[in-house]
Amino acid sequence: MSATTDAAVRRPGTAAPAAAGRGLLRRRRARLLLLLLLVLVAAAAALSVAVGSRGIGPGAVWQALTDPGARTEETVIIRELRVPRTAVGLMAGLSLGVAGALAQGHTRNPLGDPGLLGVTAGASLGVVLAIHLLGVGTPAGYVWFAFAGALVGTVLVFTLGSAGRGGASPVTLALAGAALSALFYALVRAVLVSDTDSLDAFRFWVVGSLAGRGPDVAWQVAPFVAAGLVLALLNAPALDLLGLGDDVARGLGQRVWPARLVGLGAVTLLCGAATAACGPIAFVGLVVPHVVRAFTGPAHRWLVPGSGLLGAALLLLADVVGRVVARPGELQVGIVLALLGAPFFIALIRRRRLAAT
Amino acid sequence: MTAAAQRVRQPGETVVRVGPVSGRVRWRAVGVAAGAAVAAVLLAAVSMGRGDFPIGLADVLRTLAGLGDETQELVVWQLRAPRVVVGALVGVALGVAGALFQTFARNPLASPDVLGISQGASAGAVAAIVLGGPAGSGLVAGAGVPLAALVGALTTGLLLLLLAWRRGLDGYRLVLVGIALWAVASALVDWMLTRAAVQDAASAYVWITGSLNARTWSEAVPLLVALAVLLPAALACGRALGAVQFGDDTARGLGVRLVPIQASVVLVAVGLTAAAVAAAGPIAYVALVVPQVAVRLAGGPRPPLVASGLLGAVLVVGADLLTRTVLPQALPVGVLTAAVGAPYLLWLLVRGRRRSTL
Amino acid sequence: MTLDAVTSTRPRDGTVRLAAESVSLAYDDRVVVRDLDLQLADGSFTAIVGPNGCGKSTLLRALGRLLRPVSGQVLLDGRAIARTPTREVARVLGLLPQTPVAPEGLTVGDLVARGRHPHQSWLRQWSRDDEAAVAEALVWTDMADLADRPVDELSGGQRQRAWISMALAQGTDLLLLDEPTTYLDLSHQIDVLELVARLHAERGRTVVVVLHDLNLAARYAQRLVAMDGGALVASGSPHEVLTEQLLAEVFDLEARVVPDPVVGSPMVVPVRRIR
Repeated sequence: MSATTDAAVRRPGTAAPAAAGRGLLRRRRARLLLLLLLVLVAAAAALSVAVGSRGIGPGAVWQALTDPGARTEETVIIRELRVPRTAVGLMAGLSLGVAGALAQGHTRNPLGDPGLLGVTAGASLGVVLAIHLLGVGTPAGYVWFAFAGALVGTVLVFTLGSAGRGGASPVTLALAGAALSALFYALVRAVLVSDTDSLDAFRFWVVGSLAGRGPDVAWQVAPFVAAGLVLALLNAPALDLLGLGDDVARGLGQRVWPARLVGLGAVTLLCGAATAACGPIAFVGLVVPHVVRAFTGPAHRWLVPGSGLLGAALLLLADVVGRVVARPGELQVGIVLALLGAPFFIALIRRRRLAAT
Repeated sequence: MTAAAQRVRQPGETVVRVGPVSGRVRWRAVGVAAGAAVAAVLLAAVSMGRGDFPIGLADVLRTLAGLGDETQELVVWQLRAPRVVVGALVGVALGVAGALFQTFARNPLASPDVLGISQGASAGAVAAIVLGGPAGSGLVAGAGVPLAALVGALTTGLLLLLLAWRRGLDGYRLVLVGIALWAVASALVDWMLTRAAVQDAASAYVWITGSLNARTWSEAVPLLVALAVLLPAALACGRALGAVQFGDDTARGLGVRLVPIQASVVLVAVGLTAAAVAAAGPIAYVALVVPQVAVRLAGGPRPPLVASGLLGAVLVVGADLLTRTVLPQALPVGVLTAAVGAPYLLWLLVRGRRRSTL
Repeated sequence: MTLDAVTSTRPRDGTVRLAAESVSLAYDDRVVVRDLDLQLADGSFTAIVGPNGCGKSTLLRALGRLLRPVSGQVLLDGRAIARTPTREVARVLGLLPQTPVAPEGLTVGDLVARGRHPHQSWLRQWSRDDEAAVAEALVWTDMADLADRPVDELSGGQRQRAWISMALAQGTDLLLLDEPTTYLDLSHQIDVLELVARLHAERGRTVVVVLHDLNLAARYAQRLVAMDGGALVASGSPHEVLTEQLLAEVFDLEARVVPDPVVGSPMVVPVRRIR
């Protein structure tokens, strides 16, 4: 694709105006950004493996990663704690960033956040019921229940949001999401105020953390993340057309409802998997696409992968920060992200000229 | 009356002119408000009669009029009335605050729950409970928690106003900044809950759910005073809100002085929320659901203030009555308000009579 | 490099390209257009006129397969449009809704490039034809210098040009435009309609346009279709359609019709509204 473009533009005497050259510059900038983000993600992952409450030298880290024969306490920590934790963080960050870009594109609303669509509330209810009724008590045990809850939540929101006469509009979807979340949280609270043991377990899940996520969690969510990412990438070109409005998109030959279903399916898979793996994490899905859009413009071909990479880097770095600032304990990644993300988000809101919906 | 004047009027509307005072009365909105008021009073009376020492409805009313016997006086006036009064006033305050926010931001999701003010109050209260020493001791047992909640709510509200202010207030920016504040406050609450002893966490959790348990006149009276000041202010803002709703340029064109109106609407709504939350905790979703229900019942272009307040009272008092009578165990009222209010809003959505923005 | 993508090579032989066959249209339960027949010939330039709420935009949406008729059907080149894959339709028929909105920050160049979507696939994302068609469309609509500017920062007239440029890059024989001159001042209205007329004359496009302004419709279109109350009331050349009697019946307007001093098309001079 790129080679053709370059050749066509550079060929002298064609009708391609200077403007196309500037457009090319933007594409180059977007490609450069993706490359930089890739480097950033790699660096963040390296930090996440190397830094922790227990100081382990780079030599031991390297040995743990390269020499399967080595069996010291340090290599075990690296292999069985830090690497899986990093993998989970990587997948969750990728998922949340991509899901945010998709949700904002499909709702044509810069506020579009998967959490508003019932994912978080559904997952919370699933986890609470698992704790209260079945006595589940480990992150790996929560995964299926959180994921099932997230699926039920989104499906219900979309069914109810599009059941009215007008069909699904962003407003009815948002209202249905809010109402259903209210109902789910009411059930969550009904359980938690009457069962202190459940509260004791739930409070460590709801805060959003990567602590204690082992290889089992990573393998549980990996297939869903992979499927969600594939769907998201397939969906990206359609999003560019939907951005011009449903009528124009259909005029250009885009089938609107199939595209929307694929997109929302991807959002549910990704956001559900991320929430199942590490609990509700705010702000990544909301903020990251805004930042990436400032560099790439609104083309989803760049925006979707860019948001995923930045989301992954952000989540991993926030996790590392949380491990460093509160030694020997740690500050959960959900807290770090909220505290860092909110001021940034407010600055973003104040800087931009916001078009009202 | 001329034919032309006739044509200006909406159906179901009557013009009232008494001396220099004139206005238009929309009977449907008046009917909804009156119905809600009657329902609130009835529910309150029933609620004051129920409990370990049951009193009939007639006796409750007689006692309230000062004609009951000594035991009834004590039970109704000292034990049950404060709880019901706090519930009703909290409902009024949250309903009106929600209507103000939603109209101002032109967004049905704009409510103190979403804008972070309730979460700010929770952060204050949880800090007081968790950091204030062992449960039930010293500062925490007294005025500490409500005061901390009040401070939390007002701080968040002022931050909201300051951070969203940029040559005036844009409703959209207000919602976005509010969501950011909500996330910070939620993170703080969640984090403090993980740091607390489990008993403290449990009592903090009951508080942030919103409860009317053990409320006395010492909560009811300050709330009453606050509402006496804030409700007239809210109604005064309400008139200008109709113009603000069209968007800033149109409002200016209609001669509304925008900046003072915007600031006072938000301040009044923050004040109402803070007062309510300090008294009973952030009773969930009253401010979000009630104005939406009110506007669908009463019709019209935006949530009616008076009807929203009265329906808020119905919801809170009714939910409290349910928790104490029907349910096998006494849940905090905040669980019920969400569980009752949310399905009703869903039903209204599915029925789909309106699909507009407010 | 050829410019086939932009230039229509079909012969103009007057065959019917797009037709409505006893079409009834409704939103929910409200019937807007009832039992309407209309045929649009290859290479024609048709303007649909009528009072507010007469169903002209609704008809245009149905012709562009955005609205499915409750009864009757729309035929594109003799084939039911509802049963033709939407992407195939999009290679033949382009449409521009009233006041479309571009996402914030989208540049003119990107907007026009999106018009190539019906010609692209996963393997063939940006062919030489695409490149050429976009460049040509930009030059042709005089937007090349603005290609790097965000659409939302343009003036109303420039914005409309950008959208027409997108429709041009789509490279379709047929072009449906819904009130392309809304919110534009008179000189920009002329500018946009001149552009559409050139598309028709020089590029051989079959154009259907919904227009408010009767005088502009009469000046630029070869054929006027007048609608009232969801039905077709008159169809023919501007001289045949724009009569004082029709203006009275359809628009409740007492008016004189005089020849346009510039091009001789009929021109409406209103006298008063008939109550």
